[in-house]
Amino acid sequence: MNKTTSIVLAGVGGQGILLASEILAKAAGFAGFDVKTNEVHGMAQRGGSVIGQIRYGEKVFSPLVSKGEATVLMSLERIEALRYADFLSPDGLAVVNSQVIIPTTVSSGSAVYPENAKEILKQSFKHLVYLDANRIAQELGNPKCANVVLLGALSTKLENLTPEIWEQAIRECVKPKFIDLNITAFQTGAKAPSEL
Amino acid sequence: MKQLLSGNEALARGMYEGGVTLAVGYPGTPSTEILENCAKHYKDAFRCEWAPNEKVALEVAAGAAMAGARACVTMKHVGLNVAADPLLSIAYTGTPGALVVIVADDPGMHSSQNEQDSRHYARLAKVPVLEPADSAEARDFLKKAFEISETYRTPVILRTSTRVSHSRSLVELGERQMPDREIGFQKDPKNCVLIPAFARQRRLVVEERLQQIQADNSDKWGINRIEKGSEKLGIVTEGIAYQYVKEVFPEASVLKLGCAWPLPEKLIREFADSVEKVLVVEEVEDFTEVNMKAAGIACEGKKYVPNIGELSADVLRASKAKMEGTEYQPCASCQNMADAPLPNRPPTLCAGCPHRGIFYALKKFDVDVVGDIGCYSLGVQPPLSALDTIICMGTGFSMAHGMAQSGQKRKVVGVLGDSTFFHSGITGLLNIAWNKANCTVIVLDNRITAMTGHQDNPGTGQTLMGEASDAADIAAIGKACGMKNIAEFDPLNFEETTAILKKSTESDEPWLLISKSPCVLIMKERVGNVRSIDPEKCKNCRVCVKTGCPAIECTDKNKPTINPLSCNGCSLCNQVCKFGAISE
Repeated sequence: MNKTTSIVLAGVGGQGILLASEILAKAAGFAGFDVKTNEVHGMAQRGGSVIGQIRYGEKVFSPLVSKGEATVLMSLERIEALRYADFLSPDGLAVVNSQVIIPTTVSSGSAVYPENAKEILKQSFKHLVYLDANRIAQELGNPKCANVVLLGALSTKLENLTPEIWEQAIRECVKPKFIDLNITAFQTGAKAPSEL
Repeated sequence: MKQLLSGNEALARGMYEGGVTLAVGYPGTPSTEILENCAKHYKDAFRCEWAPNEKVALEVAAGAAMAGARACVTMKHVGLNVAADPLLSIAYTGTPGALVVIVADDPGMHSSQNEQDSRHYARLAKVPVLEPADSAEARDFLKKAFEISETYRTPVILRTSTRVSHSRSLVELGERQMPDREIGFQKDPKNCVLIPAFARQRRLVVEERLQQIQADNSDKWGINRIEKGSEKLGIVTEGIAYQYVKEVFPEASVLKLGCAWPLPEKLIREFADSVEKVLVVEEVEDFTEVNMKAAGIACEGKKYVPNIGELSADVLRASKAKMEGTEYQPCASCQNMADAPLPNRPPTLCAGCPHRGIFYALKKFDVDVVGDIGCYSLGVQPPLSALDTIICMGTGFSMAHGMAQSGQKRKVVGVLGDSTFFHSGITGLLNIAWNKANCTVIVLDNRITAMTGHQDNPGTGQTLMGEASDAADIAAIGKACGMKNIAEFDPLNFEETTAILKKSTESDEPWLLISKSPCVLIMKERVGNVRSIDPEKCKNCRVCVKTGCPAIECTDKNKPTINPLSCNGCSLCNQVCKFGAISE
């Protein structure tokens, strides 16, 4: 119906969704697309579940992604991908970080963290890239670039954004001394095979 | 070159380009980043200030506009309730310089206690309200608002919403243009002094002004736009709802209102006459629908479009199906995914947050705790479950007063934060001292306005522009209000906290307690050394878990552990552990 590309980024407040969203939006802008994003601020941030939404194309109206519309759903935490699974299109790609962050509801005994999360992920997503991005980032020298490792994996599904454009966007969004690290993180993520 | 700006960044840009010389506000999601961006990018071009509350902010802006300057005031929707008093009367005098009130509504209540629709204030105050639908319009409409305000000598409301303020879209930047006039107040009592004799005259002017604005809103401003489509259905919409309409009804004719009040009646009537059926799509209330019906223009709206919660393309698809008498089918792929039960992940008090110590200690007392608006509202979540009421800014003190005077037996404790104390706690405290309300009230002084993302307040010793300033002294204010019993304590010292709570709640006099410990997010270093739990000594009693600290992780099978990456070393868990299992 429309040629708008939609992406949902999920995670826990403080994990670095904003930077990933910014790089992606910049890249889409550099490629000449109209682009809109939406972010969560305020109360929803304090360790709560958060999503970032990016849409780009010839002309974008809504900044919000519709259910079943996302080309890629990327999650920085293992089960947060499941919380927003209904945004993904039937042929969409789920990029999931294996990191587990236990919510306080689980610690206090009022809820249970699904033990078989990996199984549920496999059943839920036809196309899944599952990575230990924190380990990969650690091996590259800085655990904070896990979000960019995942962004690399996500980029494989977005054919209308070239590697040069991604690199340009990363250069604009991170501090000069972290540019090389993040470009390597991105490239590593783009080549990393799914661990599930 | 176009820049990707959030709605709030674009509004700051609009102030810059539109020649503002003073911008004032009080932080509140989703409005906060407007002034933050003014200070970040444009403080060399114009002055920007946080005010202690929205009423003060609006009055400061009004003062500048009275002197002929262009002035803007920013706040969230509930802030406009606080500022309603000056708004409804400055609407009578108007100001020679532009006065624009930017109000950010929060449909869906992402970070708010109610879902009020601020457009009603435009009708109540008899002033126009402009509603941008994206960042470029946010900038453009703000500049238009300056022009309207000065042309008609009226305050103008610019209403944004969470999804306009916090979405980014492309904006072509323009140059700063200053109004060509000298700033300085011109004495003009008949138009500036609202004694009844003069106010009655201004009352007439306000009504004539509104009629003129209404006519010009249809014919002259060019802020409302018709997008011709099918004649079968015409949709009248405004603000962010327009974006969803364009996705869900691509064929329909659309009248996009940039200014819905005063209703551009002539234009709407022409539009309605050109289509077979009119649907009004607006977020939250049926404001425009009712105004159209009152004007005798046939339309439907809330019959199909929900008046609760925010809209989205998905919500509108369901409305469309309802209107067409079909069943709404969400996409097939959505049905069979994620049916596994997932644990909720609500926002929580941060690891090391000083509020945790007080709330954990308060649980040991048989008291009613009257809360307020701020990070500490997160203390309502289990396992702390520490707050019994939360209503609005200031209630932490004044409602505690009322509950204490109700004749009930249980002792009452009121809590509010430092910024909230300066906002509307001081008058409540004055009243407690004056009328001798036997309650304990606590200022949770974490040296910052935390929930909205760390803004300065009168207690921080710094202004929005970064200038050093004298920090207001809460204990001294308490003394000046007439409080006899005042104590400061360290909320991260559990024994001290418990002792002062015991002393004050057992007393039959009012007490002001000041909890002094900075927000962990503004500290450059950890509060203390990272703690860990010795699994040998741990009896799995889970007392540490009951503090609700997100750094303490456990599942139904495992003993608690402390995540060293999250722990801030506040040592509360250490202090409450009865088995000495937690150490540095």
